[in-house]
Amino acid sequence: MKQKLLNECIMRFPALSRNESISRSAAAGFAAQTDPKASDIAAVKIAVSEAVTNAVVHAYRNESRAEKRVVEMTMRLYEGGLLKIIIKDRGSGIADIEQAMKPEFSTAPESEERSGLGFTVMSSFMDKVKVRSAVGKGTSVILEKQLSTYEDEKQ
Amino acid sequence: MLKIYNDGRRITVSISGDIDHHSARELRISIDEVIERSRPELLIMDMENVGFMDSSGVGLIIGRAKAVKAAGGEIVVKNARKEIADMIALSGMSSVIAAPRNEKRNLQTL
Repeated sequence: MKQKLLNECIMRFPALSRNESISRSAAAGFAAQTDPKASDIAAVKIAVSEAVTNAVVHAYRNESRAEKRVVEMTMRLYEGGLLKIIIKDRGSGIADIEQAMKPEFSTAPESEERSGLGFTVMSSFMDKVKVRSAVGKGTSVILEKQLSTYEDEKQ
Repeated sequence: MLKIYNDGRRITVSISGDIDHHSARELRISIDEVIERSRPELLIMDMENVGFMDSSGVGLIIGRAKAVKAAGGEIVVKNARKEIADMIALSGMSSVIAAPRNEKRNLQTL
């Protein structure tokens, strides 16, 4: 069954760390349109922050041209409150997705701030996390969450 | 932003704002300076005024816990909201968490 698309917003921005907070705030704003529980919005913010940070830290290590270092976030809301957020880069790609998604695996030893828990955290706060990646072409992370609605609260 | 309360070798660092990859580096440098200078027996990281944290904050806590332990001390995370406590639990570091904020509130209202 395909649910009807109710709303869509697309945001493009350079892969800069200062855009981590801007993009997660935008995602929180988008999710807020269904008036879900505060914990749903907190979960969306965390998952988006992880995915965007991964793109900022990993995607463009081999890309010196600033104008090519772009991240695109597509936010979709479907009938019934299903939220889908796609974070896409056109960077170096991930050779071994399974390994990248393992807890505490990190290819960024120089970045002490990354605990290697990014994908673990995304999976724990969202219903579904999918990763599509091709070496040299880029990576898309697809986050899905069924948002609680006012109707759920009444039951 | 960071506020530091020093009570002998028991030190509280009160963090405010967001903890993410963008802000974690500066926090790490500031907290490490405190650890280096004071060699605390107990380092309390107070999360009361942290509005947002992602796994970069977990990395920050794990790293500081190692540094404090290497100097013979202990670390405690205080007033963490639920999703922050959940993330710390995912890393297997639950032992550092003091009573979560909502539990603390419940106690106060009893």
